Amino acid sequence: MDFWTRLYEGLPEIAARNVWQDAYGKFYLAWFQDDRWLTYFQGLGTTLQVTVIALCIGVVLGVLVAVIRTAHDQRRPGTWNPVLGIVDFICKIYVTIIRGTPMMVQLMIMGFVIFKSSRNFTMVGALALGINSGAYVSEIIRGGLMSLDPGQSEAGRSLGLTYFDTMRFIVIPQAFKAILPSLGNEFIVLLKDTSLISVIAGKEIIYFARAIITRTYEPMFPYLITAAMYLIMVLVFSWLQGKLERRLRESDRR
Amino acid sequence: MKKFLTCLLVLAMVLSLAACGGNDSSSSGDTSGTDDSQTAGDTSGTDDSQTAGDTSGSGDSNDDGNTDGTYTTVTEGKLVMSTNASFPPYEMVDESGNIIGIDAEIAAALAEKLGLELEIIDIDFDSALLAVQEGRSDMVLAGLSYREDRDEVMDFSTSYATGVQVVIVPDGSDIEDNDGLDGKMIGVQRGTTGHIYASDTPENGGYGEEHVLAYDNGALAVQAMINGQIDAVIIDNGPAQEYVKANPGIHILEGNWVLEDYCLAVNEGNSALLEVLNSALEELIENGTVQEIIDKYITAEQ
Repeated sequence: MDFWTRLYEGLPEIAARNVWQDAYGKFYLAWFQDDRWLTYFQGLGTTLQVTVIALCIGVVLGVLVAVIRTAHDQRRPGTWNPVLGIVDFICKIYVTIIRGTPMMVQLMIMGFVIFKSSRNFTMVGALALGINSGAYVSEIIRGGLMSLDPGQSEAGRSLGLTYFDTMRFIVIPQAFKAILPSLGNEFIVLLKDTSLISVIAGKEIIYFARAIITRTYEPMFPYLITAAMYLIMVLVFSWLQGKLERRLRESDRR
Repeated sequence: MKKFLTCLLVLAMVLSLAACGGNDSSSSGDTSGTDDSQTAGDTSGTDDSQTAGDTSGSGDSNDDGNTDGTYTTVTEGKLVMSTNASFPPYEMVDESGNIIGIDAEIAAALAEKLGLELEIIDIDFDSALLAVQEGRSDMVLAGLSYREDRDEVMDFSTSYATGVQVVIVPDGSDIEDNDGLDGKMIGVQRGTTGHIYASDTPENGGYGEEHVLAYDNGALAVQAMINGQIDAVIIDNGPAQEYVKANPGIHILEGNWVLEDYCLAVNEGNSALLEVLNSALEELIENGTVQEIIDKYITAEQ
């Protein structure tokens, strides 16, 4: 029996507790009782797993869509590439549908319609979130690529660099710095959206918090603990993003 | 470092504010609707029926014309009931969007007896229980089984029906009885007794948290089972019968859990309201209205 349990058992009867004793009693039930804190971390593991997988899917999809759409929009006037036109049209439909429907509805469709016989709820959730994130990431990246003066890539091409070399050495390094804040923002949104996978029985933090509430009938601390865990994750992520931004600014001569 | 400390301080303040907020709302749950009789609301928080009786005398002078005058409801003149309307035949939504079912009709009969207007809040089952504890609704009627740990946070009425937990499986499943559930994926409705039993550790007769998936309502769990995402659903007998009737290809196994009493519940310590509801409910049971309502929804062949 550890210190916290002794402290809990030393509390007076429920009716005789003061505010702080009452708060500790409820916190004990939500965190220490029956090693419940372990289940929060089990949920945290799922959350991180879903975030990482969705992030990878989102970035790959986003870059792909952004490059296609930029290439289409920035083609020289008068030229028309039918393949590019069709692919661009598909990308536009993808972005429109994903941005035009709520995240939760997309999850429900993925969980109960498209992958209705899959038992891997974590992966279904990650896929749905990744596809959703891809649409937003693509718009952010497209904004970055389009914001660059076309003269930059024209100069690269006239120096004899191929399209991909121009992209890699001239356009993307400049665009990346410009989009980093909004990209970081999108990743934070993605991280927090993982809480929605509980609607398709994905076992992340909020799922376990609600399971604990069904036993304690006391919603305050499980939800506050969940909020605190998300906040800490976002703080760590913003700190890393800040570090990356500072690192990228080192070469700026200002 | 200084910045970090500031952040920490702000966080601490926000959290302590939240703590106060939680406390406030639970006490305002007790006193809400009592703008005219502060004392009655305060004493209803304590469990002492003696003091409640004392203040009821002072409350008489400014009561709002209810039959008894000593109890208060969340909204004056209304009896607010929280439930989860996907639990047939106890509560369900009909074609035109009205909430019907045994509980809804009993609640309507109760409200009529008390001379109040019935208002039904339809939310998830676990939230329906919390709503009554936080004073957002006067009572919960949701096929709610009596449990001792629930009794610590709510006050239960006389039982008006009984239920038992059963297991639904698809036809052709290799699960023949409850012992066959070990190692299978089990779907439940979040917060129901079935959820609590099934997610308990194997030593306590459950199947462990990792074998249980909790859904927002029973219909979703059954749908997931039909899709093949889970192997079985544990839920109360009443809705189970309805789900099996509505979906061909699934059948019911008898559970081996104890018979449960369905009760209505009010917030812990709200003994004045409970007393009134209880006497009205007992009257309805005695004159056969409750049985009539149950017979209307649960036909004899079941």
